[in-house]
Amino acid sequence: MTSPSPRASGTTSPRASGTTFPGFADPVLDAQASFRAVLQAMSRPGQVQRVPDLPELPPGLSPAAAAVLLTLVDAETRLCLRAGPEAAAWVRFHCGAPLVTAGAAQFVLDREAALPALDPGTEEEPERGATLILEVASLTEGRGWRLTGPGIRDEHRLHVGGAPPGFLADWTANRARTPCGVDVILCAGDAIAALPRSVAIEEG
Amino acid sequence: MSGYNFAYLDESTKRMIRRAILKAVAIPGHQVPFGSREMPLPYGWGTGGIQVTAAVLGPADVLKVIDQGSDDTTNAVSIRAFFRRTAGVATTESTEAATIIQTRHRIPERPLREDQILVYQVPIPEPLGRLEPRIAETRRMHAMADYGLMHVKLYEDIARHGHIATSYSYPVMVNSRYLMSPSPIPAFDNPKMDQMPALQLFGAGREKRIYAVPPYTSVKSLDFDDHPFRPIRAPHACELCGSRDTYLDEVLTDDVGGRIFVCSDTDFCSERQAVKEAAE
Amino acid sequence: MYVATKGGERAIGAAHAWLDETRRGDPSLPELTADQVQAQLGLAVDRVMAEGSCHDRGLAALAVKQSRGDLIEAAFLLRAYRTTLPRFGASVPLDTNTMAIQRRISAAYKDLPGGQVLGPTFDYTHRLLDFALAAGGHVPSGAPEAEASREPTPRVTEMLAREGLMQREAASEDEPGDLTREPLSFPADRALRLQALARGDEGFLLSLGYSTQRGYGGNHPFVGEIRMGEVAVGFTPPELGFEIDLGDITVTECQMVNQFKGSRTEPPQFTRGYGLVFGHGERKAMSMALVDRSLRAAELGEASDAPAQQQEFVLSHCDNVEATGFVEHLKLPHYVDFQSELENVRTMRASVEAAK
Repeated sequence: MTSPSPRASGTTSPRASGTTFPGFADPVLDAQASFRAVLQAMSRPGQVQRVPDLPELPPGLSPAAAAVLLTLVDAETRLCLRAGPEAAAWVRFHCGAPLVTAGAAQFVLDREAALPALDPGTEEEPERGATLILEVASLTEGRGWRLTGPGIRDEHRLHVGGAPPGFLADWTANRARTPCGVDVILCAGDAIAALPRSVAIEEG
Repeated sequence: MSGYNFAYLDESTKRMIRRAILKAVAIPGHQVPFGSREMPLPYGWGTGGIQVTAAVLGPADVLKVIDQGSDDTTNAVSIRAFFRRTAGVATTESTEAATIIQTRHRIPERPLREDQILVYQVPIPEPLGRLEPRIAETRRMHAMADYGLMHVKLYEDIARHGHIATSYSYPVMVNSRYLMSPSPIPAFDNPKMDQMPALQLFGAGREKRIYAVPPYTSVKSLDFDDHPFRPIRAPHACELCGSRDTYLDEVLTDDVGGRIFVCSDTDFCSERQAVKEAAE
Repeated sequence: MYVATKGGERAIGAAHAWLDETRRGDPSLPELTADQVQAQLGLAVDRVMAEGSCHDRGLAALAVKQSRGDLIEAAFLLRAYRTTLPRFGASVPLDTNTMAIQRRISAAYKDLPGGQVLGPTFDYTHRLLDFALAAGGHVPSGAPEAEASREPTPRVTEMLAREGLMQREAASEDEPGDLTREPLSFPADRALRLQALARGDEGFLLSLGYSTQRGYGGNHPFVGEIRMGEVAVGFTPPELGFEIDLGDITVTECQMVNQFKGSRTEPPQFTRGYGLVFGHGERKAMSMALVDRSLRAAELGEASDAPAQQQEFVLSHCDNVEATGFVEHLKLPHYVDFQSELENVRTMRASVEAAK
């Protein structure tokens, strides 16, 4: 009789495939911890969470952005990536996602991609709205933007160092499309904070 | 359990479910279709909740599973054993000690905290399903927020019975946008969903849908100004702990009309009994 | 105290032990082996493979043994195993033209190229209980041997199509969807509908197909052809770039030929209902072909008000693993909701009494 074979998927030995940088030390448990950080971030907009450590990464990727990619992106997701050739090789090996243009992507890691250019989903299928993984300089709670909406009891303050110019205006337009829209995961070092489409942002 | 991945599901399935959960959280109350897998437990027995729990659960979690409010009902026992076996996680019967609570048909009486996640097992995710069985049609109604059909149904209830005759699976509006089924919890539990500090996740395995209510989100039971929502409970005190504000099960004690009422939330009830005993 | 609040865990353990004993049955009788099931209850194994949508005779036989012969339970066991397997990709389309034929019949023509081959069929047996089988030690009488041919056997539908009388199916190089990975959304395309029907419950499809014959969405079917035999499964691994042969599997294919009156864009011609199942599953393949054709009613501009013509109805209810789970979940405790209904009904009665 046949017995089930062990199937811990994901691999940490990049072998001969264009990158020498590893992924998660423990592909199963690190992905779980990283997902919980993202889930917590998405459930409590603006709250800063930490992802598991990824000490060796290609230039162009923060540990936070790399962890988000390893956690959510794979051969079944369309990705738009602009983070340099070494990051591209790393993503190709560890995630295997088909690379597409920003407008066609489910996940976007590209500082140049503006919110209005991304897929907002449809009224019937708003869940098809893209997720933008946005690298920023810093994330600090307690000051800065004033966030309100689902997931936040009264209001939450988040200072985002190095947000793209025009982001708040784009966000207002994004939120006006509800329930369609793009959800954002902000990444700085090993910290993340999320802005689901439902959150309202006022300049603090 | 050797031969299977941590928490049974393979990693690519977990990623697929995790992506669906995140979109569900970002669009409160909207049903997100997902590639529900065949689980080693039957459809209708919690496969949606199990898949959500398996995608969320980690080794640091403490899992509680309840069915009808009780930790010791057979299906709760079976699901708890499944996760002990496949994920090796700690399990508990204490609501306070749990980080993840998977439930069928109840919300615990003890208020939940920010660091807890409540996972509901959902048989029929579509709140409009009994009025309009075609999925293509209900999807359109959600897109347009066209919920007139449900209001008409509730109004017909009032015309016929003088009140809304729905006592469980009582539909709610989430974040003033989506009509959502709270799963077959008694209407008594509906108010607990509103502005709950814990994240609420809903999994429907057979119908292949995941939806969510983020913490601190508005959840309102549908009603009318002149016929406000009215949660139903048996007008008695718990025989065991004396509680007058919890949901009660009716237990027949003989075949000539003898009956007692006891808390459906067994953990809450035994805690109250312990406090009572300590005081005596 | 009367209220039992403990014991669930122990009760489950005891129930499983009892089930184990019951499965084994009388220990003075020899234990049934999975090999025996595979060899001697082959049609049960085939049905479990089809509805379990996993082609593995050994595992299907084990599932039949483990489920005590409950074939829906066996299909469920096989499905729950299948779902844990990694997915490597999609095979190249099966070429049933080159099937090593064991059975092939057409009801549309008296004789045809490739001939009529009855094969191992119950069709013309008299259904008399055979007490010689009960006695055991029965030796089959031995059928005449013939060399299996791998020469292509032309399909009836293709011969009609060449004459312009049969609507051709649009060829596609696209990889079909996979309803085990992406949930069905409606309307579902034909590839996905066929996938759902191929996994669907034989009894449900049989009744639906039967209903079309009795006037609930009739589509004037003729059995163009039924064929059963072995076909090769080919797969092109992306890293190799060329097709390799994974081995042969037995399948049953049914092509129903149905009248079509024509439309503004299409001339009158025949249209096809298609059925394909793992193993020898003729009843299922025929039912599937009937239901496939009736689900095309809307596409062909025909009235589509019969149950067998409504795809949400058919596809949402044809899966017996889903259906059995949800029907049987009614066994689970529902006393919380029942309690709220009790209070509800008492309140309603009180207000009726008060109004008197």
